[in-house]
Amino acid sequence: MINHLYRLTSPFLIERCCSEINLQDKNHLIIQPKKLSICKADMRYYFGLRDAAVLEKRLPMALIHEACGEVLYDPNGIFQKHQKVVLLPNIGGTDDFYLENYRLDSIFRSSKADGFMQELVSISPDQVVSYQRDGYDDVFAFTEFISVGVHAVDSFLKISHNRRNHICVFGDGALSYVVSSVLKKKLPHTKITVMGKHPSKLQYFTFVDKTINVNYQKPKAEYDHAFECTGGSGCAKAINQIIDIIHPQGTIMLLGVSEEPVAINTRMVLEKGLTLMGRSRSGKKDFEQAVEMITTDRVFASRMKHLISEKIDVAFINDISRAFDLAQTVDFKVIMNWLM
Amino acid sequence: MIFGAILAGGTGSRMGNYTLPKQFLPLGDMPIIIHVVEKFLVHPKIDCVVIGVNPEWHQYMLDLIEKYFPNQSNLLLVDGGTDRNSTIDHIICEIRKHSQNDDDIIVTHDAVRPFVTVKMISDNITLAKKYGICDTVIPATDTIVYSENHMYITDIPIRKNVYQGQTPQSFQIKLFEDVYHAMTKEELDTVTDACKMFMLKGHQVYLAEGHVSNIKITYADDYKSAQIMLGSMNGEKMS
Repeated sequence: MINHLYRLTSPFLIERCCSEINLQDKNHLIIQPKKLSICKADMRYYFGLRDAAVLEKRLPMALIHEACGEVLYDPNGIFQKHQKVVLLPNIGGTDDFYLENYRLDSIFRSSKADGFMQELVSISPDQVVSYQRDGYDDVFAFTEFISVGVHAVDSFLKISHNRRNHICVFGDGALSYVVSSVLKKKLPHTKITVMGKHPSKLQYFTFVDKTINVNYQKPKAEYDHAFECTGGSGCAKAINQIIDIIHPQGTIMLLGVSEEPVAINTRMVLEKGLTLMGRSRSGKKDFEQAVEMITTDRVFASRMKHLISEKIDVAFINDISRAFDLAQTVDFKVIMNWLM
Repeated sequence: MIFGAILAGGTGSRMGNYTLPKQFLPLGDMPIIIHVVEKFLVHPKIDCVVIGVNPEWHQYMLDLIEKYFPNQSNLLLVDGGTDRNSTIDHIICEIRKHSQNDDDIIVTHDAVRPFVTVKMISDNITLAKKYGICDTVIPATDTIVYSENHMYITDIPIRKNVYQGQTPQSFQIKLFEDVYHAMTKEELDTVTDACKMFMLKGHQVYLAEGHVSNIKITYADDYKSAQIMLGSMNGEKMS
């Protein structure tokens, strides 16, 4: 059947295109995307903030890699029609020595392949996770985002030393919020301090032990480990500030994405014997864990609802532009109620 | 229940050198009509799809169904009638063997409009449920001129009030039955469009929003356009 995609052809310009979906393909489900969540990575493409060579190479491309939807067709009859599922953006990757999301030949939707801004999505059953909780579709839309936090915290728990009395999370955006929430859930006795620059955003972090506005308060050197969730141009300053205030042999988890290479004070990294680990993408198990947390943990799910800054019905291409414009102005997430 | 009705009674007489009826011509990896049937079959609200085909092509369509939908229990095939409305009537007769509810809805669609979207079908269902009848249209972009004698213009309607009709067209089945059976033979002979029939009998037909891409493959040039619309995108990227 003919499918319609909504591709970014150049910054700010979304165009409707066609592709073909084959129902006879026994390896793919047909999903109707219902809720799409805008991520910073999508915004960098939409607003033309990626390097020109990258834009030239990757566009036209349908954006969005955070989505949930309903199964419309399963050639193998395993999924029921209308089963709600979260969509995974990872495709393929053969070398299972590496985690699926870091394989050299894996493909990430809305980066190297079309994302979920489509009428229908043809997707392998391995790339969906079912869910059932009513009233939380808007949260399930950004399961991918939550799963990144889960992946980072689980990786941290594997590699960091186990003196975890006090952890700092740098950044007051949505990623910091998710990481702090996951840390509070998995390490309930650990003191969590969040550092940011925006008083209005820091107000959301009611569940952590302390928030610090770094514009007015200099943090003390009292942290066993740290998570860097700032990204962008603030990355370098945040990482080096963390290096200054972290205890010896601590682990610094790097989650923020920077367009430019970042200069790091390696002398102090060596002097303190620090471990730096990068984590920005998640795998199927992380998705399953995130879905489980949203489904069964009332407190966690309620906190995730606070990440939804705006919801917008998208029935026309102009609505997509309005949604991206809106995403620039709000504190956290914009959810598109996908009616295309 | 909600039924999809694929109208495939045409024999392709306006398609130039092509001898195969246009709905059976290939587009991408499959015949045009298969694109349409698939879109209706996967639609979240459609319970059953009925194809009305020209009797001479019944076995051909049956073979296609066997090839593309070997185990599809909610797909039926009936012989079409001599015109559009009688084909719909034949399809409804088949539907009535399975469901006799007053609130049953039928979403009729041309077999040669493969670019129909889930949204168009959904909007049709919503309007048909609410108002009984709807027609899919797009605003006219060309100036429409009207001529009764085919020699000179007798009217130029105000463009902002003029739309081009597409499909789907959707109705409450009971309403179609009542109206169709109230039509005289003379009336039926002059009405080529189902919605016109409703208007003749005093019903309001509501407008559903179509799209310029929802083209009807009527002429060889339309077929070329459809191939370009699909072909230019295929293979360019994974999706």
